[in-house]
Amino acid sequence: MGVKKTLFDKVWDSHVVHHIENGPDVLFIDRHMVHEVTSPVAFLGIKTRGISVMYPEKTFATADHNTPTINQHLPVADPLSANQLKALEENSKKYGISYWGLGHEKNGIVHVVGPEYGITQPGATIVCGDSHTSTHGAFGAIAFGIGTSEVEMVLATQCIMQTKPKSMRINVEGTLGWGVTPKDVALYIISELTTSGATGYFVEYAGEVFRTMSMEGRMTVCNLSIEMGARGGMIAPDQKTFDYVKGREFTPKGEAWEKAMAYWKTLLTDEGAAFDKEITFDARNIEPMITYGTNPGMGIGISHGIPSAESLEGGVATYKKSLQYMDFHEGDNMMGKKIDFVFLGSCTNGRIEDFRAFASIVKGRKKADNVTAWLVPGSHKVEAAIKEEGILDILNEAGFKLREPGCSACLAMNDDKIPAGKYAVSTSNRNFEGRQGPGSRTLLASPLVAAAAAVTGKVTDPRTLMTLETA
Amino acid sequence: MAYDKFNILTSTAVPLPIENVDTDQIIPARFLKATERKGFGDNLFRDWRYNQDNSPKENFILNNPIYSGKILVGGKNFGSGSSREHAAWAVYDYGFRCVVSSFFADIFRNNCLNIGVLPAQVSPEFLEKIFRAIEADPTTQLEVNLPDQTITILATGEHDNFDINAYKKSNMLNGFDDIDYLLNIKENIREFAQHRPL
Ligand code: SF4
Repeated sequence: MGVKKTLFDKVWDSHVVHHIENGPDVLFIDRHMVHEVTSPVAFLGIKTRGISVMYPEKTFATADHNTPTINQHLPVADPLSANQLKALEENSKKYGISYWGLGHEKNGIVHVVGPEYGITQPGATIVCGDSHTSTHGAFGAIAFGIGTSEVEMVLATQCIMQTKPKSMRINVEGTLGWGVTPKDVALYIISELTTSGATGYFVEYAGEVFRTMSMEGRMTVCNLSIEMGARGGMIAPDQKTFDYVKGREFTPKGEAWEKAMAYWKTLLTDEGAAFDKEITFDARNIEPMITYGTNPGMGIGISHGIPSAESLEGGVATYKKSLQYMDFHEGDNMMGKKIDFVFLGSCTNGRIEDFRAFASIVKGRKKADNVTAWLVPGSHKVEAAIKEEGILDILNEAGFKLREPGCSACLAMNDDKIPAGKYAVSTSNRNFEGRQGPGSRTLLASPLVAAAAAVTGKVTDPRTLMTLETA
Repeated sequence: MAYDKFNILTSTAVPLPIENVDTDQIIPARFLKATERKGFGDNLFRDWRYNQDNSPKENFILNNPIYSGKILVGGKNFGSGSSREHAAWAVYDYGFRCVVSSFFADIFRNNCLNIGVLPAQVSPEFLEKIFRAIEADPTTQLEVNLPDQTITILATGEHDNFDINAYKKSNMLNGFDDIDYLLNIKENIREFAQHRPL
């Protein structure tokens, strides 16, 4: 018997080009995604050095972070955004990189389109200048966000220098309750671990809950790995993964497929392999979650009250500052709090399953008058499915409109900004001060909780609106 | 040569005793629209530093002339959130060469090391000592010694060690960046790539 390895070890070790004594590994990158915001300075860097892109066929460009989500057929009004988009287009053209710009049928959020077109594959190393690159870990890939200097390294040499992180396995055993979604599982774990609880680690998610979870759900969970501080998270590929990947544009075909499958099936943590840390949760303890503060770790089951500062182990001043920003108080109940905006979208919850969930609640109901709702599909492919499946009709009948794909209010670089002081129930991933617009107040939640808020105008337990049929 | 060499830095420091300072606070997303690395220092901590009408917020530390220096001292879990290197650029462009905290988020730490800002992680107790020393006397000088991997409060001689891997340390001492290294081993990379199926 050889050394017992984790899934993470297997993928990592097979990508090490060179190990530097007392230093990082030179890690080979199979797939590189770029977008308009974190790439221009990297392209400028290689230009200044007078070098080219080493493997342009391994880099894929899409425009998403600052694109408008209405009237995409018109020129982009904001000159700075337009300039970044133009730079991405020109750089892609110049270096021979696939570019899916605004209006392109494959356009969408970088972490939504990667899996959709089979760029994301088990056993691959995938990086992008965006921290939620961890999404792709759902396929058993090592995927993580990098800075612009590293984007430049990948363009120039297809490698980056990384110190191998420690390993952590998070098991969630049992069956999820009614109305409890993958988003709730992730927000629950983050609330237990805090936003720095997994810093320095790469996480493998294991256990019954993830085994039975859909690929979309796994993407939501892996997406949020970064919010517990982890470099990334991954789930061992299984038949569900292979079925999802099969036949997509950039996945192997014919003999190459058979060969790939033979390899992918070995991508499991060996029995008895050691993790630096292992944690197990019970699925029965997880409720629909909502956040009340200014980091994703400040989340609670929707029926709970806001914890008192005394119950914390430290950071009382920071905690109070956070509640003050939200204008919430210790002990407050979240349920019944009035809200102003609902945002359904982002690479966390902007996939078809999320729109199905949202529609299951708003069906036959009406949008609350006090709510402005932005429903933003993660890609054109998601948008097309929404229309095909008849979800658009349900949404329209309930008084909702669909916007065009993009990151939108997730980071509010375009016009989709939540106004100062307003409350938004958002399916995205960050509730930092001003994340969704200067002064905005974000409550992170699942698409079901967002839908319940959208039709009632306040924080509402979605289970009270669900019937056996919608469950 | 991507940035200035770092050896021993002696300076006063700016205290920011807040935990979980995320990169959206360090530089909000709406200031990420540049296609060149220029002027990010002006927007460092933008929304904590300025009112919506662009007037400075008087109670924010960077607007208090009593505090200045090349060292920023932050609370636990500094730099969490987005991968934007712009956050590290903003810190550097403003004039900081070293950030001290008791805990750093991974990507921010990496980004800092890649652009020549030293992230120095000290014990929570020593961090508290630094905060107290600066509170008592804003002209307190800190010495950050990269060769020895120590930080010293000069007035009292109290000090603590910080970790940095040997490779990154030598890069910072010499002002080299990773890309120079990678370009030098391009042939090995090409050879390796031939055996990758993807
Ligand atoms: S949706 Fe948000 S988190 Fe996802 S890629 Fe866009 S900005 Fe990043």
